[in-house]
Amino acid sequence: MSTLLSFTILGLFTGAAYAIAASGLVLTYTTTRVFNIAHGAFGMVMAFTFWDLSQRQGMPTWLSLVLVLGVIAPATGWFVQRFVTRGLGEGPVSVSLVVTVGLFVGLIGLAQYIWPPEPRTLPPFLPDRGVEIGGTYVTAHQLITILLSAVVAAALYLLLNRTRIGTAMRASVDNPVLLRLFGGNPDRVASLAWAIGVSLAALAGILLTPVIGLSYYDLTLLVINAYAAAMLGRLKSLPLTFVGAMGLGILQSFAVAYLPTDGNLAGLRAVVPALFLFAVIVVMPQAQLRIGQVKGIVSAPVPSLVRSGVGGAALLVLVALLAVGMSNANLLLVGTAATYAMVMLSLVLLTGYGGHVSLAQFTFAGVGALAYAKLDEPNLYGLLLAALIAGLVGALVAIPVLRLTGLYLALSTLAFGVLMDKLVFQADFAFGFNGTLPAERLSVLGHRFDSLGGYVLVMAAFFVLMAVGLLVLRRGVLGRVLIAMRDSPAACGTLGLDMRWFRVALFGLSAGMAGLAGALFAGLRGTIGAADFQLFNSLPLLLLAVVCGVTSVTGAAMGGIGLMLLPVLQSYRPELAGVVFAVLGFGAVALGRDPNGLANQLFRLGHLLDRRFGDRVRSAVPLLPLPADRVAVDEDSEVPLTEVGAHAAARG
Amino acid sequence: MPLLEVDDVVVRFGGVTAVDHASFAAEAGRITGLIGPNGAGKTTCFNVITGLQRPQHGAVRFADRRITRLPVHRRARRGMGRTFQRLEAFGSLTVRDNVRVAQDIHRGPAGLLRPAGADVDALLDRVGILAYADERADSIPTGTARLLELARCLAGDPKLLLLDEPSSGLDESETAAFGALLAELAAEGRGIVMVEHDMALVMTVCDDIHVLDFGRVIASGPPALIRTDPEVQRAYLGYADDDVTQEIDLEQVAP
Repeated sequence: MSTLLSFTILGLFTGAAYAIAASGLVLTYTTTRVFNIAHGAFGMVMAFTFWDLSQRQGMPTWLSLVLVLGVIAPATGWFVQRFVTRGLGEGPVSVSLVVTVGLFVGLIGLAQYIWPPEPRTLPPFLPDRGVEIGGTYVTAHQLITILLSAVVAAALYLLLNRTRIGTAMRASVDNPVLLRLFGGNPDRVASLAWAIGVSLAALAGILLTPVIGLSYYDLTLLVINAYAAAMLGRLKSLPLTFVGAMGLGILQSFAVAYLPTDGNLAGLRAVVPALFLFAVIVVMPQAQLRIGQVKGIVSAPVPSLVRSGVGGAALLVLVALLAVGMSNANLLLVGTAATYAMVMLSLVLLTGYGGHVSLAQFTFAGVGALAYAKLDEPNLYGLLLAALIAGLVGALVAIPVLRLTGLYLALSTLAFGVLMDKLVFQADFAFGFNGTLPAERLSVLGHRFDSLGGYVLVMAAFFVLMAVGLLVLRRGVLGRVLIAMRDSPAACGTLGLDMRWFRVALFGLSAGMAGLAGALFAGLRGTIGAADFQLFNSLPLLLLAVVCGVTSVTGAAMGGIGLMLLPVLQSYRPELAGVVFAVLGFGAVALGRDPNGLANQLFRLGHLLDRRFGDRVRSAVPLLPLPADRVAVDEDSEVPLTEVGAHAAARG
Repeated sequence: MPLLEVDDVVVRFGGVTAVDHASFAAEAGRITGLIGPNGAGKTTCFNVITGLQRPQHGAVRFADRRITRLPVHRRARRGMGRTFQRLEAFGSLTVRDNVRVAQDIHRGPAGLLRPAGADVDALLDRVGILAYADERADSIPTGTARLLELARCLAGDPKLLLLDEPSSGLDESETAAFGALLAELAAEGRGIVMVEHDMALVMTVCDDIHVLDFGRVIASGPPALIRTDPEVQRAYLGYADDDVTQEIDLEQVAP
């Protein structure tokens, strides 16, 4: 009996902390329509700040707490709303997701830079105090946390129902334009919501740190638990959010107490929140199509088939030259870049064309790699089967959330990624706990590519095939329908399009492409394990894809190279490890509003150079069909690029 | 049996009742006007008819079938097309591709392999925007984009057209041409329901008019009757009297 009681109290304690975090999430989402994926990252940074003030600098605990919760966190929230997330709520959900994922990655990088890895501890509040309840010892820290969650609940209730600004907050949920007409100030409301939101994230982080430790990732990923709780209240209802948080806390605590600690079910304990999130998303009611959304995505131009062919051939020649001259270590990097570029192609389809966001694209690559290694058929048949399996898994992730759109689909990929990371990939039938699997090199039509150079060339060929295939798809009927669905789901619906199965097919195809990349990667490396496909790596992937341009094949190629270079850069200058992520994250924050990314700047540069020097070069070398800078860039415009720029500028 | 019947529909947003037990009908081959002051619930009615908004109460019947619970796309496939007050053109496609997509969708999977025909240009020509065919849909003027939405609907050859403020953004001569086009479309046997603020247009082209105010239908009938209805006068002008000059006043009520 006393075990039950003690685990219930433990559950109530974690539930209370989740409730505090989740209510902050709900507050910011309802008032600004921006779902803050970085909510937990803010909590993490603030917990580190609190540690810095109270432990490193030795300030009194109460003063540090007041400084963090009352000054630093609200100021951060205010700043972020004012200069980063403002106006994102009315735009496509893919943009606001990318920007907050950018914050997520950037904050982790920043924390690593300011507080380099070393053991740190944060003592609980009133460490020596506690009370006996029914034979169970309850620490003062636990009691304080539970009490504080009640205080937060009461304070939020009073704020929303009894104050003018609270009324304005509730009004801005429904209609910010109307609120402005009636003399309210939606911006002030939004800033306040974010100030409170970050403050609550900070409080939750500080309360949980003594229990789970000061860790960049654990604290950040705790938000998944907060998402799950908030989702029970459909991101709207604070009371239901509290219920969800407490329920989840207790469920998790009981899982620790009563589920077996070994065997295949052992991993279940770690994924209770992800399962909870998935379950809640599955039972969510049908989403209604939104009309009157601001449309902002301007696609990069689609090149002609000839031009993509020329670009692809040029790329292959380049890789062939590299294959002859490069060391094996460097060739491995080229192959890795090709893998990343292929995974990014799958994002071009899903995000660039389709307008959906996947937060776990590497996980699908992992499914492909796992299938390839397990099938042990190192030929085209095995490769395609592996891709097919990954595609089916992708479709399976999309089916339960068939009725939902945008945000919920993205969150379900996150839950899926956690499940695969902690439960499936580490299971005995997969890679095993910290284990690896051998995978053989691919042979095509009986010819085995034993040399690394040859294999890398095959990978490059697959990239070119996938890229050209993608562009053909984009030019055809399906591509048009995809773009139409992204631009206006409501119009597609009223024209008679059943978008649900399209969405499943889109997810499946994209996951299949990622799976193919993963399978090829398995062959490249020879041995692969769960560590190669961690969920967390999918986030920098998404960011680099967007920064480099998620609407074009060129952007995917650039992104692949960039993502490959990240760890290389870190190994050269280890002290800059955090900075790299901070730059990437905050770069995505700055550029996330323009999904055409750097690739588009390259196109514009190409056009500029062509206009300046093109004629002179062509007259000097009459045989030259295209200027060199345009061959490398395998895309050309149907639309004057100045116009694309103007649209981007108008939105920025 | 009318082509479209809205029966006792109620839609509430929180405490606000946007549509309050509204009932009206529209016939095939006729142009039905749906008018009323801002916020009267006209667009919400359209959303209920097309399935974008589920009503708390009431039913919608279309071509003799109850469609209240059908999803959006299945209603469209039964022959319903609509345009939007806040434009929903496919901004990153060209004007021609906008209509082509509509045709692709209408033909379904069987049409995927067939190339879209020249009839796309014929449709653009019919609504009078062929000159814009190669421009991106987010770069054309508002009035043109409204006509594009109409052309997009027509690609699916609908029995019923629901037009949400189709003439706003058109100049005088364009509005006249648009009125003629509507009459033509109705003569082909299509039912047309139109939410419109341009009273001159409504009074000239509509066969029947329903007036909404605070979500309720306060008057229904031919234009001549609506023009002099005291309830309508009150809704639009805030007062009513028997002065004949009211007729002129009502025509001058602009959005």
